[in-house]
Amino acid sequence: MAAPPGDAGGAPARDPGLQPERTRLAWRRTTLSCTVVAVLAARQAIHGGATAAGVAGAALSALVWLAFLGVAHRRTLALDAAAPGPLTVRAAIATTGCTILLALFALAVLA
Amino acid sequence: MSDFLRGLRLWFTPRRVAEEGETPDYRFSLANERTFLAWIRTALALVGGGFAVDQFLPDLRWGVRVGLAVALLAAGAFCALRAVNHWVRCERAMRRKEDLPVSVFPTLLSLAVGLVAVAMLVIVVLGRAG
Repeated sequence: MAAPPGDAGGAPARDPGLQPERTRLAWRRTTLSCTVVAVLAARQAIHGGATAAGVAGAALSALVWLAFLGVAHRRTLALDAAAPGPLTVRAAIATTGCTILLALFALAVLA
Repeated sequence: MSDFLRGLRLWFTPRRVAEEGETPDYRFSLANERTFLAWIRTALALVGGGFAVDQFLPDLRWGVRVGLAVALLAAGAFCALRAVNHWVRCERAMRRKEDLPVSVFPTLLSLAVGLVAVAMLVIVVLGRAG
C-alpha cells in the first residue's frame, strides 16, 4: 500500500481531496439506485396479486437488494481507513452480479 | 472482443491483478472505483427503465413494449458487465504504469440511448395523434 503524501509519521493525514468520502458517497448513490430498481422489481412481482410465485419473486428481489447492501456496507467500512486499499475483484463482481440478476429477474417476469 | 476476453480472465484470477506491478496511489484506485460505480448506476438506471417501460406503459402494443423493455434490460446487463471489465483493466494498467484503456462503449451507449429516446418520442406523438 503506497502511503499518501504526508503520511510519513504520526497521525495519518487526511487526504485533502476527501477521496474516501467521495467514494463512500458514490456507494451510497449506487445503493439508492439499486433500491429503486429492487422496489420496481418487487412491485412487478406482486403486480398480479399476492400469489405464491409473486411473493417468491418479491422475496428474491429483496434478497438481491440485501446482497448489494452487504457489499456496499463492507466497502463503506473499509473506506474508513486513512489509506484504504483498492476495491476487491470479488466485491466488483458481486456488484455487477446484483445488477445482472435484477435484469434477468425483469426478463423473467416480463409479460 | 479479445480485449474483453483477456479482461474476463482477470475476473477470476484476482491475485494476478494484485501481484502485477506496484500498487498505485490509493486515490487513483478510488477514482477508478467511483467510475466503476457510476457505470453501475448507469446500468441500474437502464434496468430500472426496462422495468418502468413494462409497468407504466400498459397501453403500448405488446411487441413494442416488450421490445423496448428487453432492449433496455439487455443494455443494462451489458453495461454492468462492461463496467467490471473496464474497472479491472484500468486497475491493471495503473499497476503496470501503462496508458488507461480507451473504449468505444460510451459512444455506442449514447447512440443507443438517443435511439431509444427518439423511439419513445415517436411512440408518444403517434399515440397522441392516433
